[in-house]
Parts: sequence; structure tokens; C-alpha cells
Amino acid sequence: MNSEEIIKNGTLIYSRPKLLNERNTHYCPGCSHGVVHRILAEILEEMGLEDKAIGVAPVGCAVFAYNYIDVDWIEAAHGRAPAVATAASRLNPENVVFTYQGDGDLAAIGTAETIHAANRGENIVIIFINNAIYGMTGGQMAPTTLLGQKTATTPYGRRADLNGFPIKMSDILAQLDGTCYVTRQAVHTPGAVRKAKKALRQAFENVLAKKGTSVVEIVSTCNSGWKLTPAQSNDWMAANMFDKYPLGDLKNI
Amino acid sequence: MAKIKGAVIIDQQRCKGCDLCVVACPTNVLQLQPKEVNDRGYHFAFTANPDACIGCASCAMLCPDACFTVYKVTIADNN
Repeated sequence: MNSEEIIKNGTLIYSRPKLLNERNTHYCPGCSHGVVHRILAEILEEMGLEDKAIGVAPVGCAVFAYNYIDVDWIEAAHGRAPAVATAASRLNPENVVFTYQGDGDLAAIGTAETIHAANRGENIVIIFINNAIYGMTGGQMAPTTLLGQKTATTPYGRRADLNGFPIKMSDILAQLDGTCYVTRQAVHTPGAVRKAKKALRQAFENVLAKKGTSVVEIVSTCNSGWKLTPAQSNDWMAANMFDKYPLGDLKNI
Repeated sequence: MAKIKGAVIIDQQRCKGCDLCVVACPTNVLQLQPKEVNDRGYHFAFTANPDACIGCASCAMLCPDACFTVYKVTIADNN
């Protein structure tokens, strides 16, 4: 049986989610953002949230997320996505509100907004893309950059005495009473992608059940910022990032 | 034992040639074009060895640009 016959007679195992539109993404080849966009679009489609979902994207590479996933989006100021999402979810309690933030956004300029939104237990999903670098602006050191990691602003590696220690935002958020679900996932292997999708689905189900803030951290790659190929970036992430940012559920109530 | 065969369709104009699907494929079906490029100048992925495909959709899971459509058939043994 050749490929054409299989395509004609076989069962469809996977096809592109319709919510992810035809526009080509501006992300670098192999960027984890693409995978997360895809699983997000799949979940919104599977759960029938096309008309109910409101996304909030602040500044970062994902600032143009509204171009690619066909749901309602709000553009927030840098770091202020949880504050905007608070308003959106309080004013539209029947809608499902999520934020899509990077580590420079959530863990640096937006730390206060993130912690206080989670502490108030706002009924939102926070999707946190942690690639340990400021990807959009050219690979500068972020608060989540690992010790010894070389970036544009730490060319000899991050030093604890000069630059401090990497911050584990999900661990901080897991301590707060307002959060109901905090998990850390990755998208570097097919199995990990399936697990990340399941975690993201759980987060959206929590919002529908009005349980409080759900945080899904995705440990990601930035192959342009790390100066590696996409495949090498995944290996580097598995070898170095998971020691500091171990995968799994931190809180699930 | 029944045999499982798969087939993939790749949106070659959308592909950015990141190589993640080639690494993810357990049966080495996929390769990047060594010389040819698509309209945007990327060495896109193609099925170099389509007969080996088992329809596991590992490529589709890892593709950041959602270029893959995956089909699968189960061929029953006649023995």
C-alpha cells in the first residue's frame, strides 16, 4: 500500500487545528512558541471555547499571538497581562481568560502583577514560557537565566555575586493560596508535548470550574538566543534546564 | 499480527526547515531538502523514506508550524 492509498483510505490521526490560521508565524525556525500556540489552539478547539476565550498577550516574542490564533485577544503593557486579565475575567465571568507571557515579562517587569493576581485567586490561566533569556530583544540575561549561562549581557556566564540567582516563579506562585494548579512542563519530545497539552487542558477546566488561578510554566528553548540549532537547543534544555526547573505538578487541588 | 502503516502530508511552503521532525521521527522517514528551498528560502522537510512511516505523529507533535497531516491504516494479516 503506498502513501496515496493510505491517505485516501486511512484514518486521520492528526491535522492542523482550524483555530491556528494560515498566517506564517514570525517565530524563528524551531521555536517552542510555535508548539505551544499549536497545542493551545487544539485545546480551545477541542473544548469548544472558540467564542468564549479571551487571550491577553503582553510584550515579548508572543506579542503577535493575536495574529495566529483566531480568538479574542487584548494587548497588554509589558508585564501587565495578569492585571488586564483580572479586569477581563471579572467583567466577563462567563468567558475564559488566559495570559500568555514570557519569562522576561512574567518574572521581571510583571512580577508584582503576577504574584498579586495569583494571590487574589483570579479565575484565569497563566501560560508562562520560560526560555531563560530575553529572546525578542536579542538574547540578554533574564531573571530566569541559569548560573554560568552565556547571554548577550553576561558574555562570561551569569555570576551569582554580580547578577543574583535564577528565580523559580512557579515555586513562588505555588505557595500562594489563590492558585489551584501550578505545573511545569516542556515541549521537547512528543511525549512531553502530550503531557503539556494535558496540563493546559486541566488549567482551562479549572477556569470553567471557577477554582482560581492556574499557572502552566513551559520550559522552552530560544535557539537564536542560545546560539544553537533547534535540535541542539532541545538537548541543551534537557541537560541543563531541568536540574533547576524540574518538570511536574507543583500544586494541584 | 496486523501491520500498521502511516503517511504524512507536509505543508512545504509553511515549513521553516527547523529539523525537529527529522530528529523526532523514530523510523527515519523525514529529511530536509539538501539543495531545494521553498518560497521563503527554507530547506523544507520531505518524506525521503515514505514506506517506513508508522503514523505515530511524533513529527506532528513537535512541528512548531503545524505543517503535518498524518494518516494511518491497519492492514489485517490474511494468514
